[in-house]
Amino acid sequence: MSEAETRVASPPRATSVRVLTGIWHGFGPIVYALVAGGMLLLLMGRDPISFYATTIDSGLLSQAGLEQSIIRMAPLLLMSAGLIVAFQAGLWNIGGDGQFLIAAAVVAGLGAPLMGVLPYWLALALLCVIGFAAGATWTIVPSVLKAWYGVNEIITTLMVGFIGIRLANLLIKGPFLSDRSLVPQTDVIPFKYLLPYLPGTRIHLGIVVALAALTAVHYMQTRTSYGLSLRMLGASHKAAVHAGLDVKRDIVTAFALSGGLIGLAAAVEVLGVWGYVRADWNPAFGLTLFALVFLARLNVKLVIPLVAFFAVLSIGGHEAARRADLPNDFLLLLIGLILFFMVFTEWVRTKRWTAGMRLRPARRTSKREAALDE
Amino acid sequence: MSSLLTSEFLAALISGAVIAGAPLLFAALGETVSEQGGVLNIGLEGMMLFGAYGGFVVAHWTGSSWIGFLAAIVAGLLVALLMVVFCVRMGRDQIVVGIAILLAVEGLTSLLHAAQFGTSYPRLGAVPTVRVPWLTDVPIVGSSFFGQPAIVYIGIALVGVSWWVLSRTNAGLHLRAAGWKPAALDNAGVDVLRVRTVAVLVTGALAGLGGGYMAIVVAGVFVPFMTGGVGFIAIVIAMLGRGRPLWVAVGAFLFGAALSSATSLQLAGVNVPTDVVQMLPFVTVILALIVFARQSYLPSALATPYVRGGR
Amino acid sequence: MGEAPAAVELRSISKSFPGVLANDEVSLAVRRGEVHCLLGENGAGKSTLMSVLAGLHQPDGGEIRVDGRRVTIGCPREAIDLGIGMVHQHSSLIPVFTVLENLLLGRGKGLRLKTGEALAALNELSALLGVTVDPSVQVGRLSLGEQQQLEIVRALWRGSRVLILDEPTSMLTPKGVEGLQRVLAQLKRQGLAVIFITHKLREAFDIGDRMSVLRRGRLVGTIDEATMRGGTFAELRQMVVDLMFPGEAARLARVAEMRGFEGPMRHTRRPAAGPPLLELSDVLVPGARGEVGIDEPLSLAVYAGEVVGVAGVDGNGQRPLAEGIAGQRRVTAGDIRLAGTTVRALSIGARQRLGLRYVTDDRLGEGVAPPLSVALNLVSKRIGAPPFWVHGRTRKTAIERHARALVAEYDIMTPTLDTPAGSLSGGTLQKVVVARELSFGPKVVVFNKPTHGLDVKTTAMVRDRIGRLVEDGAAAALVISTDLEELLELCDRVAVLSCGRLMGVVENLPGAEQEIGALMIGGGDE
Repeated sequence: MSEAETRVASPPRATSVRVLTGIWHGFGPIVYALVAGGMLLLLMGRDPISFYATTIDSGLLSQAGLEQSIIRMAPLLLMSAGLIVAFQAGLWNIGGDGQFLIAAAVVAGLGAPLMGVLPYWLALALLCVIGFAAGATWTIVPSVLKAWYGVNEIITTLMVGFIGIRLANLLIKGPFLSDRSLVPQTDVIPFKYLLPYLPGTRIHLGIVVALAALTAVHYMQTRTSYGLSLRMLGASHKAAVHAGLDVKRDIVTAFALSGGLIGLAAAVEVLGVWGYVRADWNPAFGLTLFALVFLARLNVKLVIPLVAFFAVLSIGGHEAARRADLPNDFLLLLIGLILFFMVFTEWVRTKRWTAGMRLRPARRTSKREAALDE
Repeated sequence: MSSLLTSEFLAALISGAVIAGAPLLFAALGETVSEQGGVLNIGLEGMMLFGAYGGFVVAHWTGSSWIGFLAAIVAGLLVALLMVVFCVRMGRDQIVVGIAILLAVEGLTSLLHAAQFGTSYPRLGAVPTVRVPWLTDVPIVGSSFFGQPAIVYIGIALVGVSWWVLSRTNAGLHLRAAGWKPAALDNAGVDVLRVRTVAVLVTGALAGLGGGYMAIVVAGVFVPFMTGGVGFIAIVIAMLGRGRPLWVAVGAFLFGAALSSATSLQLAGVNVPTDVVQMLPFVTVILALIVFARQSYLPSALATPYVRGGR
Repeated sequence: MGEAPAAVELRSISKSFPGVLANDEVSLAVRRGEVHCLLGENGAGKSTLMSVLAGLHQPDGGEIRVDGRRVTIGCPREAIDLGIGMVHQHSSLIPVFTVLENLLLGRGKGLRLKTGEALAALNELSALLGVTVDPSVQVGRLSLGEQQQLEIVRALWRGSRVLILDEPTSMLTPKGVEGLQRVLAQLKRQGLAVIFITHKLREAFDIGDRMSVLRRGRLVGTIDEATMRGGTFAELRQMVVDLMFPGEAARLARVAEMRGFEGPMRHTRRPAAGPPLLELSDVLVPGARGEVGIDEPLSLAVYAGEVVGVAGVDGNGQRPLAEGIAGQRRVTAGDIRLAGTTVRALSIGARQRLGLRYVTDDRLGEGVAPPLSVALNLVSKRIGAPPFWVHGRTRKTAIERHARALVAEYDIMTPTLDTPAGSLSGGTLQKVVVARELSFGPKVVVFNKPTHGLDVKTTAMVRDRIGRLVEDGAAAALVISTDLEELLELCDRVAVLSCGRLMGVVENLPGAEQEIGALMIGGGDE
């Protein structure tokens, strides 16, 4: 090798340093956000320490609170998985709330009747499948428009999402309307027919379903050819076409999988917690889950602790907010701040990188500069 | 069906279209400016919400709706500043930052509102409407279209101003260049980042004003999350409008009509479920997209940060 | 030849990027009224040097003088204000804007667009240069030669006294090159200083008054007017060789590297045998908006064991042709047969499985998926197929083994197998693409501009691979290139594409060059 081709090596960094910096970049934003939020609480005349203490206490340390947090995690995990599947394939599925509500309405509407007709386990399984299918169906229009006509999915999923929210209401107030209640809602699935509790706890099976689904998704993404096809699609649409991948099929299936997981989240929530759906109900998980999914860098493994953290903040924070005489929405501010800090620390990190040296063949370096030489 | 053609219904429809369409008009015009320059503001809703809050608080304080509008503009500018710093200058992902903005503003305004007005629930007085000497007396159309608060007409005038700026000025040319091929603009010696900065700030100002309008004119009060998805509708209108202010105005008007149609239909005595009516504008958009099924004609450098020397 | 200070002078300019020294104390002086050629192979540092002058980069050392005054150029605006204009290799015009709008870009004084002024200036300057451009037409619809003329007009309107042209002839027809020469003559008469970047010695000889030679970031010598005017091309070539490789031993050792500068080599004709491996019959491939496609029925046959070239100026239907064969673009008429099997209705993947391969010119855009690792990109066209995937499950070890073998065989310089492909250099990327396409029994390989923008060593490797591919007579290659010398070196026959029409196919015999040139002109571009 001539001198011109000598590799330029980067100074080696001790593994411990790298691990520490990794953790810092991962958790730093959360710490910064908590501190900033705490300062805001101070400004508003509340005690941040007791706020956070109550949050941890009610959300994590108490038996009931911990159970509630885990229950809260189930639909969030499934919905996050749905978003990750789409985002990794480069598809912006932002109509998640519509998919969720349609599935919830259908599952709740069909729930009581099915329970009366089929054996318990079969009905449960079927209802989960129905939830998945309902959510998946609600992605067909955007996915087909994108796959065959290249229509921007940001607009279509948003529109179809809004339609879904209203259609869910129509379903609840229409064919699925319960005549046994003063408030417009579906029939209630009797408590004994809801998802069973894990033995010794009051946590319903949904969390197990969620974790199983996440494991399956992770396996799909990392160890199957289909997962690679989706990753490739997300990495470069043109390269995926060039490689001969069936891009149309991948877009439609990825969307369907995404919507299906979100629908399953709705099924789990209905079958595990509520047993019915009221009209005009919309937990609107979508927005905050986008944030969590970005924070997890679209990694299914990382999203689990983040969702857990969020669940504890939700449950515990609800109590803490009540005591501090504040609305729940402090949590939204926290998540927003975490995202900001994450964006900032990412920037700091990449700035430092380009200043240092990297392992490269000597003649060419970053594509950016090399572009000018060619 | 004949009840649909009563003057009450038409008047209510037009009036509703204008009232509900005005905030959409402001926000969508603003978003058009950003998008033509290559920036996608998913956080537009956040700019509107903060404008609504700021506008309401100051209008309540000072008792003047005009100062309130000014405050709404400033509020929107402040939020837009975040987009400028993180996306234009630091080059971070526009969708992630947009969502961060929306979440933070939703949480913050809810908190501030609870802290300030938790128990008092103040309301603003009605905003004075304009009387155009001859036009306001025209039946049906007159009072509903020509009898609105002055700010509405400023919005309509903005449509013309936007068109002129985009197609007839240097600023407009540079803006569009920044959206299509920023490298070419850079080579021509124009500061691309400055162009985009100004574009995003203009968007913030207009979106803030739209939010202020919702709080001061329409509701007379600030309610947390009161923008309710209007910002996203504005983004869609801007995308469909493809940089033509006139189309943006038409879109805003149509969506405004649909959004307020619940009330107008009630007046007409038509008993269509609100949910159906509210679905209509979105269904129309989808149908239009299916029928015309073309690629959305968006500037190629949309949502891509500009780095000199980069690809 | 007075002693006025040079229009622009670079003194000991040095510029380095992380890990590479692009310019090493280069000094250059350009006089008014001269065309000064900057010669060097790809990667020699020519573009970097000119970017420094144009304000896109800041030098690490040295100084710049304009009309004798020392200046610093911090951004393109400052360069423009100093009268330095640059016409880039890849157009910096905005295709959707009209000619007039592109002209007005950057003239941001005041609020309103000064269309009247621009129109007047356009007419005046066009007349001066002897070109004609329609002000209201979208730039994307202009030919590349016309776009270039527009950029020169724009540079003049901004008051450029120094004009830098970066590889301007790479996109022109022979007629277009003549047009450019006329324009350059005019510019010289106006007293402009023109810097002409090229890697083709012949061009420098034909067009330049003086010449500076760069190699590996260093200025190895300047050849003055008298020598350029007085000597023959062969003498000049010898001089350049001496400058670049001083010393006998070094020269002999590097002769292989100099092949880029040799005259066209004659290629021995291989007899074609048997039925065609690739057959196009009356094929039509429409171009995208504003793009020239294959607009007249095209028929071509490629036989096993041969290399067929497609010559033509860029933008005359090459990309649609390649994509039509590969399956990435719809063919609206005619038939495509691969070893007798009709493939027109088959998907891209199906054609690949039949042995059709496509080495794209858009390496970073579609050749690889930049965020994915080198190893994965090497198997990206076999996703789902054994031995890398069994029942849909990924076999990582098989993928790694395959990748390691290819990295060794093609000398792919990557830090690790997991490095994202997007961080590789252009030459390394091309090796990855070629390695991938030539694996697993290729039958017909379409190469689109395979050595475009590559350094000499990689260029040689790619050409070598093309030759080896068809050696045993089982496979064939279709090489689309704008470099006529390359085609004459590699191909048995050369097809000529002009304005979306196949003008003819020329056997690679003595005189082929003239025949091909004649066919290209006959197409009537410009």
